[in-house]
Amino acid sequence: MAETRYTETHEWARKEGEEVLIGISDHAQKELGEIVYLDVTVGVGDKLEKGKEFAVLESVKAASDIYAPISGEVTRINQEVIDKTTMINDDAEGAAWMVAVKPTDMAEFESMMDADAYKKAIEEG
Amino acid sequence: MTPFSQSKKTRLYERLIEAGGSMIEFAGYLLPVRYSGIIQEHLAVRSTAGIFDLSHMGEFFLQGKDAGRFLHHLLANDVLGLTIGHICYTPMLYSDGGIVDDLLCYRLGEEEYMLVVNATNIAKDDAWVCERLDAFGGEVEYSNRSDDYTLIAVQGPRAEEIVAQVTDIDLSSIKHYWWDKGQVGGQRALISRTGYTGEDGFEIYVDGESDRIPIWDGLVAAGKDLEMIPVGLGARDTLRLEKKFCLYGNDIDRTTNPLEAGIGWTVKLDKDDFIGREALLKIKEAGLSRKLVGFKMEDKAIPRKDYPIFAGGDRVGKVTSGTFSPSLQVPVGLGYVDIARSKVDTAIEVEIRGKRHPARVAKAPFV
Repeated sequence: MAETRYTETHEWARKEGEEVLIGISDHAQKELGEIVYLDVTVGVGDKLEKGKEFAVLESVKAASDIYAPISGEVTRINQEVIDKTTMINDDAEGAAWMVAVKPTDMAEFESMMDADAYKKAIEEG
Repeated sequence: MTPFSQSKKTRLYERLIEAGGSMIEFAGYLLPVRYSGIIQEHLAVRSTAGIFDLSHMGEFFLQGKDAGRFLHHLLANDVLGLTIGHICYTPMLYSDGGIVDDLLCYRLGEEEYMLVVNATNIAKDDAWVCERLDAFGGEVEYSNRSDDYTLIAVQGPRAEEIVAQVTDIDLSSIKHYWWDKGQVGGQRALISRTGYTGEDGFEIYVDGESDRIPIWDGLVAAGKDLEMIPVGLGARDTLRLEKKFCLYGNDIDRTTNPLEAGIGWTVKLDKDDFIGREALLKIKEAGLSRKLVGFKMEDKAIPRKDYPIFAGGDRVGKVTSGTFSPSLQVPVGLGYVDIARSKVDTAIEVEIRGKRHPARVAKAPFV
């Protein structure tokens, strides 16, 4: 499987062919608890801008913004995970990707944390 | 905000961590927001039982010849009507009818009472009680023993079966909103049949002279075979919300009165005197302008505190509490709406992140 990269705000990104898939980390879903609602506020064809929110997750307790880890044009939205948000708790870094984008600048992806660096960042809190 | 490291720990803290609690800061304490998961914990309380550490709650004690008369004046409910062993739920009001806090008043003895107040209001309530007591005079001894008390709740349809295993008290003789004293887990404790979940259950108060750990451990062991699990603040909130129990700071506060909050039954306007009575009589005579209602969302969006409510294009109120209902599996909320929009089945809209989502005023309690 292609390498997964992470942000400090707990999103992940992974290159698959021409696209980059984006979701939230397994660590984040554990922290949030049961996810009961996902509102993806962008549509196919929209531009994601690195650092800007593109979706809101609701756990039972609270809402959390999700930020674009890289810039790009949205090519696909995962309707399955919107319809069945428990997928995020079950497989956050796999089947529960949220959007796919055609990246504007792969250097943004390259500058994200790798799994080891992310793990370290979490441990350091 | 208090830095995380300065938050207080309850005397059961180690047990909460061992049980897998995800800790957050609440009312100056480190408390579990959840253990296994809010939905699972919620459903356990509805179907079997859950155990809660509620030691952050406040306990005030009043005694003396005039304690009853003072509390009858301080609180809106009928304190002098309580017999020893009985408890009432009551708001404590400002003279303008706004709410200082909502609390439980236990009559412990001939001239002795315990008030159980919200953790977030302990300092404010303490100051209020002292101020009003100064003005009232009389023979009343008051002490705030909140830091000395541990409070453990066991809630759910199997609560009695569980607690009965570790106490010598005849629980079947304790009616809803009554209390008794005895041994629990080999320690002295006060048990009341009360709670904030809408299920049958008990609240167990233990002071500094007893060891709390054996009580918690005994209850956990007794509940093991009956599928009792520890429950955090997250499920405590969803459980109370489904029953439309008000949460101070959300559904009631200094700017709301008990009549519009739907707890008018706790306000005894026919008492000759209590703080807030004059104001409430006027409010009642003028008629309510708004009401706290329950509503169900008609899509999957979750309403949260302070979101605006619309009806027919007009802004008609705001959300005070909202969540995903684990029992109903739909988003539900409470909010104040104009009296004209407060009837069950009225179509309303909740504005969530700039977009209006359809909802409908619903019968509450929701379950």
